[in-house]
Amino acid sequence: MPSRDVTIASASGLHARPANLFVQTVNGLGLRVTIQKEGRPPVDARSMLGVMTLGAKHGEVVTLAANGDGAEAALDTLVAFLSIDHDQPAA
Amino acid sequence: MSIRGIGVSPGSVYGPAVVVTTALITPPGERSDDPAAVESAVAEALESVAADMEARAARAEEHAKPVLEATAMMARDPGLVFAVGSFAADGHGPVDALYLAVEQYCALLAGLDAYMAERQTDLRDVFQRAAARLLGRPAPGVPEFDEPSIIVALDLAPADTATLNPERVLGIVTEAGGVTSHTAILAAQLGIPAVVRATGVLSASPETLGLDGATGEVVVNPDAGVAAVLGARNEHRLALQAVAQGPGATRDGHRVQILANIGTVDDAQRAAKADVEGSGLFRTEFLFLERTSAPTVEEQTATYTAVFEAFAGRKVVVRTLDAGADKPLAFADLGAEDNPALGVRGLRLQRERDDLLTDQLTALARAREATGAEVWVMAPMVATAEEAAWFAARCRDAGLPTAGTMVEVPAAAIRSGHLLAACDFASIGTNDLSQYLFAADRMNGALAHLLSGWQPALWELIVATVRGAEGKPVGICGEVGGDPLLALVAAGAGVSSLSMAVGKVGSVKVSLARHDLDTCRAMLDAVLASTGPEQARAAVVDLLDAEVAELLA
Repeated sequence: MPSRDVTIASASGLHARPANLFVQTVNGLGLRVTIQKEGRPPVDARSMLGVMTLGAKHGEVVTLAANGDGAEAALDTLVAFLSIDHDQPAA
Repeated sequence: MSIRGIGVSPGSVYGPAVVVTTALITPPGERSDDPAAVESAVAEALESVAADMEARAARAEEHAKPVLEATAMMARDPGLVFAVGSFAADGHGPVDALYLAVEQYCALLAGLDAYMAERQTDLRDVFQRAAARLLGRPAPGVPEFDEPSIIVALDLAPADTATLNPERVLGIVTEAGGVTSHTAILAAQLGIPAVVRATGVLSASPETLGLDGATGEVVVNPDAGVAAVLGARNEHRLALQAVAQGPGATRDGHRVQILANIGTVDDAQRAAKADVEGSGLFRTEFLFLERTSAPTVEEQTATYTAVFEAFAGRKVVVRTLDAGADKPLAFADLGAEDNPALGVRGLRLQRERDDLLTDQLTALARAREATGAEVWVMAPMVATAEEAAWFAARCRDAGLPTAGTMVEVPAAAIRSGHLLAACDFASIGTNDLSQYLFAADRMNGALAHLLSGWQPALWELIVATVRGAEGKPVGICGEVGGDPLLALVAAGAGVSSLSMAVGKVGSVKVSLARHDLDTCRAMLDAVLASTGPEQARAAVVDLLDAEVAELLA
């Protein structure tokens, strides 16, 4: 199954607003995606509760995995998303 | 049957009672050997809760939508259904499986920061709503009702009040809560007559209710005679209010400005329609709380502009950000404190995070420029003359000419002359001033007697503040400001404006209009000569105009 490691860029981590935006992005892809922090089981990335309770902080590495058609492109999109600080208002 | 509670929003009404369900559902400990059926039953209940929350969000006012939408999103969370599935596989019945799934997530949320910990409340609310559906019980919260009614509850949650339609709610009665509870504040803002602490009203299972939100009287299943008296009393009050319109003044023409407390753009638009001379307290926290990054100058400017436009040509007193460890901000977290009420909050936080204050003052100056409103700006939690001067200088540098100080700390009251040397006005926040004067936590119901607005020691400080101000305006913007009897004592003390929930404006104006300034001064003297709050109130009631005494005391 294709997977990618990415470092969380948002200043507050994968917290309220960034987590919400991330889950919305995943749901927009229409694929089953999991997100995992090292040493913990993977969680459904479409689940706000799962993503929030992952407790991924700024600077921590998470692993994304997806299956099916377009999985590689979907993972690229999500890696790009998590590499941006969503706590900074867009200029 | 008659019950005496605490009146928190004036007006007397009679009508059918609608009882809000508050009995919490606990897991019954049921087992099931059909996990697939359990999972699909729970998923169906969760989906119907989500749909209901979305429908409510669509009807709710702007400020209430996020709470309801967040609840809908939780109910539809695939992670929740997944967890239910695993508990169902262990043989748990539907309510138990959902309960265990919710509590599993709550335990995880509790271990994160304050923002996440609060999401437990939303999640447990989802459990209660879905469990009620699974058990065929009425949903928690306010049931649907057809004719205008009186809402009866233990207390009302923000999610309940967010969707209340004020035109269909005649009155509110709660068993719990106090004068500063969410229910009391909201009722007074919307002008809905309300009584809190009406002990025994729920167990009386009322069909109809009469209530007087000024005196705190609640009558269960009143006969026609009582209903008629309540109606007549309301007519009488409205008639008196009709002749007390326009700027606030005593009978002999001593002016006391009557202003509204507001906290959102919705509030401002509602309050601006009332017969008030402006806003004496615009709380700006709603722009900052419950978010992960500070609002931009542009966003703040747009909001302040909307508020100032609502009050075009009138005065708006803006209180700059009043946050701290008790009202934490994700983007300005200075760490946990042992005593948040005594910690880095209000102006103290603003000095630590100068960038936040700079942005806020810039936005206020731009909005003032755009609207030509009479904008006064004041800082919360000022304790010393140095702090007051620092803040006033920051306001003037930003292009805001009228700068003032809140008086909430006894040190500020005692030295008001020194604080006001650099400021144009002061506003007394009586709720916090009482808390710090009596060393009594506002959130601790057991200490409520110390926090009464009738405490003579509180009035000593108010008198000292006015005396030190030497003619500069001193207003009151706490609970005291909206009490029709304490308003007279305030006028006697030389307080120049009173700011209150908009629903209290009518009673306060009537009360002022029926008394001379000399009587108000005699009332102040009587309060200062009293040994405690009960004696102080009784002494003022003795001096009251007979009609006001009958209607308001």
